Amino acid sequence: MSNSYDINANMPLIRLENIGMIYKIGDISYEVLKGINLAIENGEFVSIMGASGSGKSTLMNILGCLDKPTSGSYFLEGKDVSGLTSDELAEIRNKKIGFVFQGFNLIQRLSILENVMLPLYYSGYHSKDSEEMALKALKLVDLSDKGNKFPNQISGGEQQRVAIARAIVNDAPIIMADEPTGNLDSVRGADVMNFFEKINSERGATIILVTHDKHVADYAKRLITVKDGIILSLETVKKI
Amino acid sequence: MKRKRVKFAFFLDLESAYKTLLRNKIRSFLTILGIIIGVGSVIATIGIGQGASKAIQASINSMGSNMLIILPGSSSLGGINSGFGVLPTLTLNDVYAIRKLSSVKTDTAILGMPQQVIWRGNNWSTLINGADSTFPIVRKWPVAKGTFFTPQQVSSAANVAVIGNTAATELFGLINPIGHIIIIHSVPFTVIGLLSVKGFNAFGQDQDDIVVIPITTMMEKIAGTTWVHAIAVSAKTQKDTVAAQSQITALLRQRHHIPVNKPNDFFVRNLTEIAQAANSSAATFTILLASIAAVSLLVGGIGIMNIMLVSVTERTKEIGIRMAIGAKKSDILKQFLIESAVLSLFGGLLGIGLGFGISSAISAFSPLKTVVTAEPIIISVVFSLCVGIFFGFYPAFKASRMNPVEALRYE
Ligand SMILES: Nc1ncnc2c1ncn2[C@@H]1O[C@H](COP(=O)(O)OP(=O)(O)O)[C@@H](O)[C@H]1O
Ligand SMILES: [Mg+2]
Repeated sequence: MSNSYDINANMPLIRLENIGMIYKIGDISYEVLKGINLAIENGEFVSIMGASGSGKSTLMNILGCLDKPTSGSYFLEGKDVSGLTSDELAEIRNKKIGFVFQGFNLIQRLSILENVMLPLYYSGYHSKDSEEMALKALKLVDLSDKGNKFPNQISGGEQQRVAIARAIVNDAPIIMADEPTGNLDSVRGADVMNFFEKINSERGATIILVTHDKHVADYAKRLITVKDGIILSLETVKKI
Repeated sequence: MKRKRVKFAFFLDLESAYKTLLRNKIRSFLTILGIIIGVGSVIATIGIGQGASKAIQASINSMGSNMLIILPGSSSLGGINSGFGVLPTLTLNDVYAIRKLSSVKTDTAILGMPQQVIWRGNNWSTLINGADSTFPIVRKWPVAKGTFFTPQQVSSAANVAVIGNTAATELFGLINPIGHIIIIHSVPFTVIGLLSVKGFNAFGQDQDDIVVIPITTMMEKIAGTTWVHAIAVSAKTQKDTVAAQSQITALLRQRHHIPVNKPNDFFVRNLTEIAQAANSSAATFTILLASIAAVSLLVGGIGIMNIMLVSVTERTKEIGIRMAIGAKKSDILKQFLIESAVLSLFGGLLGIGLGFGISSAISAFSPLKTVVTAEPIIISVVFSLCVGIFFGFYPAFKASRMNPVEALRYE
């Protein structure tokens, strides 16, 4: 593997090599990730499973370019991103990655439509175009009529669908979701998961789903189990 | 599809900053109160200062050109003619001697005292000024109607009076006073002239509340004295005022037989110089006040910094979200800088309103007419914008340096 910035056709979409993450609190170091090796292909739907505190979110933050690993290399589309500056990582997050969090993470002061438009604002779209794109994304999650509402005026399930719309509005090839159903009942949770399936199958987006819930993890085509900072299994699953 | 927005981005940012600040109206208002008061008082104080210097300038012009005033007394301090008593050092003959000096154009003795003036049923208490026939020239104060008294009327101590506009209005109302007989101190006077309107002087006195009579008549029939209150001298040119001052001093010392080792029993004031000094001290005072007001602008800036820091902390989560979806450091920095700039600009605009309000209130309720010009307005707007950007920078910088993961975890 080289540090080449060229897109390598033979490289998977995502490749982690010996990723380690150590948190230091005062004098004490916590080694949360201990040499993770992982490859994810374009168009996959992957679940990362594990008990609470096993390091799933830490791994997802690294995969999502929100955080930098303490050691190891991360190749995204064949390009080593471990050494990039925070602004370069911001650009990658903006163009390539959409996030869905457990707590929805919508900006309360902004309308639903404005929330969905926000990634486009940071990639420099004209507001007319971005409004059009945001409406399209809202339509995909069946929320066309809620654009003028505010986050506190809609249900949790709807808020999470808004978050999905925001994640896909920029046509990001990768969607990362950290416990997306954690704050929802099972009916709304299933509803949200169906949209992830739809995005994966219809739009070909790569979906990386972090969860501790087996039922939720089962929506994925591949299951990765993490325990104590290492990968226990890379089970490829059944569903086609 | 991917058209870049360039032109509208800034207005979008402005709009969103504006919306954010409107959501918390009271807090936003309290935040900018310091700026409002700062800008308001800068504009008001400069307005007062400019009004004062304009008034001083006007009173320099209205006093008469190149005027010196000679007052009796041994003190070199003060120069204020105290009370109605006349210090017995200056006489009419001093006046006529001074008039012969090369640097002096003309002069007039002045002997003033307040007296009751009666016309028919009306009476009015006003200043009676005894003066020479040269009064209109020395004081640069022509008559509007009728005539001023002649040198002959002065030497014969005629019972004639020239009346100021305010005194005329009080006594006669709309009636033309010329030709009527007024009574001063039981002595009848014929009104022969009406002075032109002079207005208020720099000290807020109504200069038109006056009756002028020949100095001789004043001495013999009203005041009962041979001394005068003051001698007003008009030098030939502005330059001659200095020469006149020393010539008059030498002349009067000689006429009053003052030995070399004794102080003067009079003093000579160059009014133009005094007025100019007053003008420059008014300017200094204005600068001082405006600087104090500017300090409150700085304090206002600190208020903005304080609230922006609170706002950044409160919106940590929002910052995390924005960073997660692709905001760069500069985007976050810009967002908060624009917010504080909009805040302070609003403060500046409201402050201009306040400054105008104070200025017009002062103009309306006091004799001072304030003058608000464009410069202090432009300067305060620019200054308050700079204050907002300067004091907003640290909070905005802090926001832009947040770690996205930690910011997202903030509750
Ligand atoms: N910023 C941090 N500083 C210190 N410790 C952290 C930090 N983030 C996570 N951890 C610790 O790392 C471990 C893994 O956390 P996390 O990745 O959130 O686990 P999971 O998402 O699987 O529940 C936990 O023990 C957690 O306390
Ligand atoms: Mg977690």
